Amino acid sequence: MKFLGGIMKKALAKVLIVMVAALMLSVPLTAQAKELTGELEIFSWWAGDEGPALQALIDIYKTQNPGVKVINARVTGGSGVNARAVLKTRMLGGEPPESFQVHAGQELIGTWVKSDRMEDLTPLFTEMGWTEVFPEGLIKLIGTDKGIWSVPVTIHRSNVMWYIPANLKKWGVEAPKTWDDFFAIAPKLKAAGVMPLSIAENWTINHLWESVALDSLGADNWDALWSGKLKFDSPEGIEAWALLGKILEYTNSDASSLSWQQATDMVIDGRAAFNVMGDWAAGYMFTTKKMAPGKDFGWIASPGTGGDFMFLADSFGLPKGVKNRDNAIAWLKVLGSKEGSDTFNPIKGSISARTDTDLSKYNDYLKSAAADFGKDRVVGSLAHGVAANETFTGGFSSIMEMFLKSRNAEFAAKACQQLANKAGI
Amino acid sequence: MREASRDRLKAFLTLLPSIILIGVFVYGFIGETIWTSMTDWGGSGSLSLTPEKNFVGLANYDELFTGFLGGGFRQDLVNAVYYSVLLLLGAVGLGLFIAILLDRKPKGEDVLRTIFLFPMSLSFIVSGTIWRWLLAPQGGLNVLPTYVGMEPLSYQWLSSTAAILEFNWQNLFQILIYVASFVMILTGLWMLKSNSRRAVELWLIPGIVLGAGAWLFGGLLPEALFMEEMHGFNMATLGIIMATVWQYSGYTMALYLAGFNGISQDLRDAAMLDGASEVGYYRHVAIPMLKPITISAVIILSHISLKMFDLIFAMTGPDNAETGHPALTMYLTTFRANDFAQGAAIAIVLFLIAALFIVPYLVSQYRQRGRH
Repeated sequence: MKFLGGIMKKALAKVLIVMVAALMLSVPLTAQAKELTGELEIFSWWAGDEGPALQALIDIYKTQNPGVKVINARVTGGSGVNARAVLKTRMLGGEPPESFQVHAGQELIGTWVKSDRMEDLTPLFTEMGWTEVFPEGLIKLIGTDKGIWSVPVTIHRSNVMWYIPANLKKWGVEAPKTWDDFFAIAPKLKAAGVMPLSIAENWTINHLWESVALDSLGADNWDALWSGKLKFDSPEGIEAWALLGKILEYTNSDASSLSWQQATDMVIDGRAAFNVMGDWAAGYMFTTKKMAPGKDFGWIASPGTGGDFMFLADSFGLPKGVKNRDNAIAWLKVLGSKEGSDTFNPIKGSISARTDTDLSKYNDYLKSAAADFGKDRVVGSLAHGVAANETFTGGFSSIMEMFLKSRNAEFAAKACQQLANKAGI
Repeated sequence: MREASRDRLKAFLTLLPSIILIGVFVYGFIGETIWTSMTDWGGSGSLSLTPEKNFVGLANYDELFTGFLGGGFRQDLVNAVYYSVLLLLGAVGLGLFIAILLDRKPKGEDVLRTIFLFPMSLSFIVSGTIWRWLLAPQGGLNVLPTYVGMEPLSYQWLSSTAAILEFNWQNLFQILIYVASFVMILTGLWMLKSNSRRAVELWLIPGIVLGAGAWLFGGLLPEALFMEEMHGFNMATLGIIMATVWQYSGYTMALYLAGFNGISQDLRDAAMLDGASEVGYYRHVAIPMLKPITISAVIILSHISLKMFDLIFAMTGPDNAETGHPALTMYLTTFRANDFAQGAAIAIVLFLIAALFIVPYLVSQYRQRGRH
């Protein structure tokens, strides 16, 4: 009996120990339901000048979620050429990062949404009230009829022409409002030993093409082009290529060895008069070159596109099947918030996608861009992934190379149409 | 007898893991790539878990060689051929030249040998970046003359748009026949001394007939393309060739030097005793003995030049038709434009061209070994 009693006691003690242990374990578990732990991997191509901006966002995230270990995975390379290839191997390998940077629009939709690899973020947009604060036109461009696929962080403008006011005064010319104005002053500049327009490697010429085509076609036809209603080899389409060919007569011949910064440098040094580049050029001149917007450097909408805002946006999406989904959603909430947006953009040199942004934090160029974004007609950029999917943009680069060699507008327009058929536009 | 078969079994079992691994990871994947190149895997939705793939036969190859959008690839292919030929001439010629100089045992020969071999140890990305800076339009080589008070050069090493030796892709068949007849005539002339009857009957006469036929009746040949398309050797590729020759001539030098050292001193003394000059010794004795080394250098360099990617990517970046290469186009087509089928087709074309070089070599090696 005593023996049995001993066993009972021991059993009771064991049960008690187990219960206490369970209690001890369960208390922190319930308390931690709101406290996020684990890892958050952010995949982007933001390094160099954009690195500090991303770090500022990560700092906000860390103060809100101290328990999460943030992995900042960066693959460098302009416009994300290399990053996108690495991302593809990771997604195909079933190892998606929690959140990745992607150009908003067809680049994301054509590649990842059509492949059913992304989560619909409409519930998040509704929960956070973002459908109110992001412009309606923008939401249309980053979504499909099935949902909204990414949180836009930055807005850049593509159709901007840059110049140095003091230099223009010296040469006695004014910034051209149309390409005809440009053709009127270009021979004069060339005779004075100044390159009228500076260009750089292949993608910057694609970038020039979209500004030229937007002028040549007009915003309505531009949109019609991407919805398949207007053919690339229509007379209007050929006209755009012919205009580009005419403009290229007044550009530097060593373009393919130059980076976009070097093309901007040509304008700063006075070797060239104008440069058409996205407004990261303002960030470069303001932050790196310490030039004052409006005084040391000037800008105008690229010829013939005043009143149009050709935009591109960096955004982050949520892939299906990530390991720490809650961490990723908390990250997206930081990105879409007013605080996050107004911390990141002034450093990166872009404007916020939100309509309630605090403009006092931005420099003069960005203030003017934000004002234009509010009132201009917004269209999507081709060179930066808004207007067309990757099949088209990838092939477009080689068509551009063929055009640079042959300068045959009709051929290029026909090739574009074939490519569009292939890409399903 | 039993012992022998047991040995064979053991050998087979030892080799089995390698056979299986190579079978799966080399030949299996070659097969997989061939299959992919015959589907229409690409476009939107191509990265889903179950992408849609339909068999389309040789349509992708047709597109590459005769299609409207394949122009970039055709230019790259022509570029790669010129690139390979000039790289071979440059690297083998320079390597041989340095090897002969060092074979004369100058002072500090071991230090020089290390210096010449050193570029080999650099990664292509590193040497590509260095050469990119050296050949920049407003820097590097172009500003060298300013140090001696002259005007800077303005040659555009990597961005020149000039092209020489251009031909129309429409006349591809005619040009291929010209090349074949040229090679046959060369072989004939080369064999003329050793076996004159065979040379004339087998190589010279058919070669001349073929060439003349293509010249006279070339108009009857089908056109390879529906429109005129000019391709040639882009002068911008010269910069890339310089960088590659710089990197690889040390390697061919090491090959030749090892060969020269293998020739016995007696042979050299004998040649000298018979009154051979230095030039005569190398021309008639040493270099003919190193034929196997030349062949292996050619094989190795030619397949390296066909696979060249990182150097070009570092020097001129993507989307640069002037210095394009099919390997680069393959990467961009596959991983940027998501066109996996077309990318696979480019890979197979490159694979077949490389095989063109390597298979005859392997066959002759195999025969030689069989003879012994």
